[in-house]
Amino acid sequence: MNLLSCSSNHCPLSSKVLASTSPPSKILKSSVRVRNLGWGERRDNMRNNRRVSKVVAYYGLKSPPYRLDALEPYMSQRTLEVHWGAHHRGYVEALNKQLAKNDILYGCTMDELIRVTYNNGNPLPEFNNAAQVWNHDFFWESMQPGGGEMPTLGILQQIEKDFASFANFKEKFIEAALTSFGSGWVWLVLKREKKCLAIVKTSNAVNPLVWNDIPIISLDLWEHAYYLDYKNDRAKYVNTFMNHLVSWNAAAARMARAQAFVNLGEPKIPVA
Amino acid sequence: MALRTLVTRKTLRTLPLGFRGLQTFSLPDLPYDYGALEPAISGDIMQIHHQKHHQAYITNYNKALEQLDGAIAKGDASTVVKLQSAIKFNGGGHVNHSIFWKNLAPIREGGGEPPKGSLGWAIDNHFGFIDALIQKMNAEGAALQGSGWVWLGVDKELKRLVVETTANQVNSVVSPINGPLIQVLLLNVEPVLLLEDIGFQNLTAQCGVCFTLEYIGDPLVTKGPSLVPLLGIDVWEHAYYLQYKNVRPDYLKNIWKVINWKYASEVFEKECP
Repeated sequence: MNLLSCSSNHCPLSSKVLASTSPPSKILKSSVRVRNLGWGERRDNMRNNRRVSKVVAYYGLKSPPYRLDALEPYMSQRTLEVHWGAHHRGYVEALNKQLAKNDILYGCTMDELIRVTYNNGNPLPEFNNAAQVWNHDFFWESMQPGGGEMPTLGILQQIEKDFASFANFKEKFIEAALTSFGSGWVWLVLKREKKCLAIVKTSNAVNPLVWNDIPIISLDLWEHAYYLDYKNDRAKYVNTFMNHLVSWNAAAARMARAQAFVNLGEPKIPVA
Repeated sequence: MALRTLVTRKTLRTLPLGFRGLQTFSLPDLPYDYGALEPAISGDIMQIHHQKHHQAYITNYNKALEQLDGAIAKGDASTVVKLQSAIKFNGGGHVNHSIFWKNLAPIREGGGEPPKGSLGWAIDNHFGFIDALIQKMNAEGAALQGSGWVWLGVDKELKRLVVETTANQVNSVVSPINGPLIQVLLLNVEPVLLLEDIGFQNLTAQCGVCFTLEYIGDPLVTKGPSLVPLLGIDVWEHAYYLQYKNVRPDYLKNIWKVINWKYASEVFEKECP
């Protein structure tokens, strides 16, 4: 994964700073002096600008796109309250606290932050919190009240192309979820290089963004995601997710966006 | 070799599955009621933890062992290798939880009473005082990402106490072990446990695979072959979620009220007389 592909103008890490093999903190500290002091200036130069208020808000907690009781009875309100209100919020607050100490990471978008802190497999301490914030945002949006059922149109076609049939995909997805050890996630991703859909298992906070793939659907397999509702019965949780919770609308939207980045083939335009 | 002396002390059970005498494992009983550890750990959690989670590890472990037995008999090397992660995960889960039940005791049976004797002395020597050890273990347990265990162990060779975690990691801890993992497991788990549960006598001679160690429910021995567990605290979410939700530090603070130091002392005295 090439860190140099981060191309934002604001993320200081998109320069060649991290290309060296020295420990990150050393490099980052020395690079502060040479980079162009742009909008970070007011925060960095405490000596000069004490009267200016310091910007301290970094990331906020995004609400799920539905009320906390909207996924009953498949995912209880209590679970949402604790999972979103305590776990997800905890990750956001922990991340903000870490970012307050580390100016160099300021100015990155969430995606960039995840890629950069993953550090090619040797994650920085911010990675866990950043990735989990993103993962949970993505997860809430991967579900909807009245979800489940079948996808339609484009995403169904792509699933049938890559998995032979929707039933096969569903089986493989559930199997991946049940053979996943410990805490982690299962994803349906669009692989950029292979230009196909695939099912990917990750552990803890890792997500497919670090491999530059495009996630379409995710399922949280940390025990906190299902313990209050299903105790140890992970199979029931996974099946309920596939039958009643997964949002194929969200998947279709993500797929449509993904096609702007990945060429899935020429559309069949009828010749006049 | 230590393994063979342990084996000869116990005769093989009757009615083996297959000619190798594969023995299946069964759920050990708790030496106390499910509700006996309240209010530190609720009866609900103990019941589900024991009857569902630990049982699931055992069931899957037995299944994997049977498959392994079959694969070895057929000489199917690739299946043997493929089964290793299931064996390590489920076997490790079984080993760890068996130790865990012994690590806990109701308050009226001495749970929470600080250790006396050589272990108490060793703790004072190494950590200053017992609260420092508890704080260290709690800090490591709280900081552990995902699922795992925090251990107090003793390094048999160096005669030293260690605090370790075995957990999910983004990078796996790579450490090849020459010879079967099973062999290593058996050598480093308390002999009493071994004799009841031994089922690998003849399999060890056949296995000869080196493989990398990873993640989660790993027994302490995966952090070092001479480490012997004295105390382990399960920090998988299933161990505390129903009662403490996401507040793992509270669980870690309260579990010390029911920790069975007597058992830890016994193991310590056996390893470091």
